[in-house]
Amino acid sequence: MAAAAVEVRGLVNRFGRQVVHDGLDMRVEVGEVFGIVGGSGTGKSVLLRTILGLQAPRAGSVLLGGRELTGLGRAELRAVKAGYGVTFQHGALFTSLTVLQNVQLPMIEHLRLPARDLDELAMLKIRMVGLDAGAAHKFPAQLSGGMVKRAALARALALDPPLLFLDEPTSGLDPISAAAFDELVVYLRQELALTVVMITHDLDTLYRSCTRVGVLVDRHMVSDTLEGIVRHPEPWIHAYFMGERARERSVRHGT
Amino acid sequence: MYCAAQRQGDELRLALQGEWRLAGLVAARGELAALPLAGVSRLAVDAGSAHLDVSAAWLLRDFLSTAAANGIAARFEGDAPPALALVEKTLAGVMPPPDPDIPEASQLLDPAAAVEGLGRHAVQAWHLVSDGLGFVGRTATAAAQSAGSLRRWRPASIARHVFDTGVTAIPIVALIAFLISVILAYMGAQQLRKFGADIFVVDLVTVGVLRELGVLLTAIIVAGRSGSAFAAEIGAMSLNEEVDALSAIGVNPIEVLVLPRILGLVIALPLLTLFSDLIGLAGGGLLCHLLLGMPLLQYSNRVLESIASTTFWVGMIKAPVFAVLIAVSGTWCGMRVRGSSRDLGAQTTLAVVQSIFFVMLADALFAVLFMELDI
Repeated sequence: MAAAAVEVRGLVNRFGRQVVHDGLDMRVEVGEVFGIVGGSGTGKSVLLRTILGLQAPRAGSVLLGGRELTGLGRAELRAVKAGYGVTFQHGALFTSLTVLQNVQLPMIEHLRLPARDLDELAMLKIRMVGLDAGAAHKFPAQLSGGMVKRAALARALALDPPLLFLDEPTSGLDPISAAAFDELVVYLRQELALTVVMITHDLDTLYRSCTRVGVLVDRHMVSDTLEGIVRHPEPWIHAYFMGERARERSVRHGT
Repeated sequence: MYCAAQRQGDELRLALQGEWRLAGLVAARGELAALPLAGVSRLAVDAGSAHLDVSAAWLLRDFLSTAAANGIAARFEGDAPPALALVEKTLAGVMPPPDPDIPEASQLLDPAAAVEGLGRHAVQAWHLVSDGLGFVGRTATAAAQSAGSLRRWRPASIARHVFDTGVTAIPIVALIAFLISVILAYMGAQQLRKFGADIFVVDLVTVGVLRELGVLLTAIIVAGRSGSAFAAEIGAMSLNEEVDALSAIGVNPIEVLVLPRILGLVIALPLLTLFSDLIGLAGGGLLCHLLLGMPLLQYSNRVLESIASTTFWVGMIKAPVFAVLIAVSGTWCGMRVRGSSRDLGAQTTLAVVQSIFFVMLADALFAVLFMELDI
């Protein structure tokens, strides 16, 4: 069996007496768009931070592309980190740099490229996510919420990573911008064969872009295809996919 | 090896191989540049066995369009790489980006531009002054509005700031006050000994510490500690839209954020000054005892003789004034933070520089005033 893009085995995260994850398993195959959902406080962001190597788990292991994260040396960890792109919930653009400089920063840190290449490649990424050239020279404070999300995606794509982590990529966007963002993710996945792992609360996003869904319930993860997960008997999952909100969605979409 | 080339008449067959990644961009460009293109009029590219990421596709596109400009017709054998289509689609029909407005070197030497720059700076300076005056005005208004009710003076918040700016500053203020009185006594003793006027060292220390140095050094330490802290706290809140949130809730941010800090410092700085004066006198006494062999009782008697009725109060009256200057500078700079973390740093720096400047300026004005009043 080929190595999974992301694999989490027996993850335990605990803060004081509060157990967030207790033997959590997760597996994302190459080329999937995997959506992580869960109620507030079920540890979605903690899971993401653990996978990214920003936080050491109490127990369990995280493998990216078949390589175990814990126990890697500094140089190897750096190479692993160049292999994934991340967008944070609030963008986390560097406020003292322009959008163009934000996108160039990973390239400058990881590669030696001539200045002309840096400019043109960064501009290519910025245009790829649907921002116009004028936005490139603006500072993050001058951008709208949707533009910040797109600029963050451009920065995540700067090194052409095969793996992308998105933390609530469409939260705070209007439905049309959110739909455009989902289309962009699907498009990038098709064209570039990316693997995408996203945390999202947006049912529309889940239906539009995700091939599989993992739900965090009771400190574990239940993962299945969308068709499978909506039939899951767990009450929270049932309420999430079959509740009032989901019905509103099906009315809107006529399904 | 990123590609293998084979020449057939005027056609060059180019087979791309392996992983074309951003990390190997420079090497791949080197190989493409080294291709024997002289006399070639057709290019057949086979990308079937290579994998190109977006950056590599951009490089290939660059190469192909340069080739086309040199009259070489290129075609793909089999499918073009998918990433190339993405790049084509992204760049299609879009003009190259405009460069940001960076003045050319020649423009900088242009006399008209110099005059314009001077004017800009003058206008900016005027805006800064009027903004500062506006802030002082808004603060005064907020103080007047909340004067009527004790709850709106926020005693808990004031107490916190008295603790943060005053109590926690005691060790460093004590150390500095002690050292400065030691320096003063030591320097004074060296000079006054020449005239046999050793006893006047006490006058020097007493008057110097009480009138000037105690309050001035304390104010400078507090400007560095608390002026910067005020600017950074409020600046981070501005960046996080917390200041806007306060306004939206219907609370005046100046009443909540600025007034308690000013009042807290107005209480803390005089107390710190009193403490600093005491430590300074004690330090002077210790040095006189060790250096000049002066009994401590004689020192304390001499201190009481040299103090005029006004000496202590001349120093002390400055403390609340300095406190207001430091707190207003710090909070104002914090409120001015806009947009970026770099601005936060700049405003925090400005808060310290500005509050020390205002403290010095006020001290000079006090000196002139007291001289005119003959005290």
